[in-house]
Amino acid sequence: MPDALRPDLAIIAEHVTPGSRALDVGCGDGALMAALRDRAQVDARGIEIDAANVAAAVARGLSVVQGDADVDLAGYPSGAFDYAILSQTLQTARAPDRVLDELLRIGRRAFVSFPNFAYWRVRMSLLWGGRMPVTRTLPEAWYATPNIHHLTIDDFRAFLKERGIETEGAWFLNGDRLTSAAAANFRADHAVFLIRRA
Amino acid sequence: MEHDERFGRARSVTLPGPLALDGGQSLAPVTIAYETYGTLDPERSNAVLVCHALTGDQHVASIHPTTGKPGWWTRMVGEGMPIDPARHFIVCANVLGSCMGSSGPAMAAADGTPFAMRFPVITVRDMVRTQALLLDHLGVDTITAVGGSMGGMQVLEWAATYPARVRSAVVIASAARHSAQNIAFHEVGRQAIMADPKWRGGDYYESEDPPAAGLAVARMAAHITYLSEDGLTEKFGRRLQKRDAVGFGFDADFQVESYLRHQGISFVDRFDANSYLYITRAMDYFDLAEEHGGLLANAFRGTTTRFCLVSFDTDWLYPTRESRSIVQALNAAGAAASFVELSSPFGHDAFLLDVPGLNRVVDGFLRAGGL
Repeated sequence: MPDALRPDLAIIAEHVTPGSRALDVGCGDGALMAALRDRAQVDARGIEIDAANVAAAVARGLSVVQGDADVDLAGYPSGAFDYAILSQTLQTARAPDRVLDELLRIGRRAFVSFPNFAYWRVRMSLLWGGRMPVTRTLPEAWYATPNIHHLTIDDFRAFLKERGIETEGAWFLNGDRLTSAAAANFRADHAVFLIRRA
Repeated sequence: MEHDERFGRARSVTLPGPLALDGGQSLAPVTIAYETYGTLDPERSNAVLVCHALTGDQHVASIHPTTGKPGWWTRMVGEGMPIDPARHFIVCANVLGSCMGSSGPAMAAADGTPFAMRFPVITVRDMVRTQALLLDHLGVDTITAVGGSMGGMQVLEWAATYPARVRSAVVIASAARHSAQNIAFHEVGRQAIMADPKWRGGDYYESEDPPAAGLAVARMAAHITYLSEDGLTEKFGRRLQKRDAVGFGFDADFQVESYLRHQGISFVDRFDANSYLYITRAMDYFDLAEEHGGLLANAFRGTTTRFCLVSFDTDWLYPTRESRSIVQALNAAGAAASFVELSSPFGHDAFLLDVPGLNRVVDGFLRAGGL
């Protein structure tokens, strides 16, 4: 069901070169991997922390290994994949900077998507409500959220600059609609970056 | 295929050999007892080799001739199961060194008397070589190999030794080498057998009075390693066996004692003590990395085999980290690998029992491989 893909995954699926090799880190039940395999003959591999998700992905014929992005990326050889993909997982990592380093070591390029904590609704919730935001891209209450390293689009841009990582593409989303790069840090609730080592 | 004598239950073949063994000796002839289920398709693409564990046998889904019990893996193999004779051509062979009809210490040597300890020490790779001879005999070229515990070791060895013949490999609750703890437990079992005066240096076959007590103790010790502490506690706790108070003696006061004694006693009816020595030795010698220059990834370099590994969270005999290190090696070799740790209260034995998720994972993996 290709049209059921989450908007950030749909963007990634659209921009992965057909026939390439991709590692999906935090692949969930393998929805993106299945789309990449079925639509673009991508040789896709996945890592996922949740056993039930791994079982579901394996049962749909995908090569998925149960593991933790924070510790298990070290076992992958350098440059083994054309793409390393990290969708909506960066903010849950214990050491997001190290995970990004590993992504760019394993993959020649990396797709990274994350919820934007500077989205205007989030700002309003904090500014006027004085409460931790619960939104479409941040659906869980403060005690239940897996997100431990919230970041904004501008944070991520600054990080890339600081580390000398090149941006090959960036897509900013409000729901399932693309929004412009200019006011993205205010208007986008999540973002997708395609990055590579300079 | 229907009337081919090679196919069906309770089959046996004696191949001329000689089979060159890792230990430097050779074996000729080589007898292999096996069973097949289902029909080999015209493309010869639907063969599944099921590899059994230490004390398993070829009766994967048929009544055991000694115990009268159903096959040892009817939860996985059978109609409507992930490995299904309606779709697959299933082969299960008694391993080399065992006692259910394949060449082993109980079998007669050239001089007509049982080999006993004259049987050469064998390895997991020797078992696999024997299975390859059997598949040649059956006209099977490529296979999907499936096994748990020692069966998983054979599957790994298959993939490393005959990479072109293995399309998919399912390795459940297993390891790429025997750890010090694994060896230690096996040594307890072997010493129990050899300390039994009835063992007589292995020459007990004529006496018809085998070292049953030693073998039973070996089985009891091993059986503990197949279960989890929580599983034992839940099943037995400190409950007493058919009594209201402890007896201040050495009868089986506790249910767990009674259970273990039963496990030991029923085992000796179906297993040969010398085979237990030989097969545990083969497992102890198993170290797939060592066979490939010390680096496990080398065992899988360039492989096109698809791998699926499953471990169980309460298995302390072959714990999850053993599967993880295999997965790391497979990743390093660029192999297509899947791995999942499933939750089960049953410890190592989980691979033989009803664990939600195991059948779903194996079924999905096999079907995705075109089986």
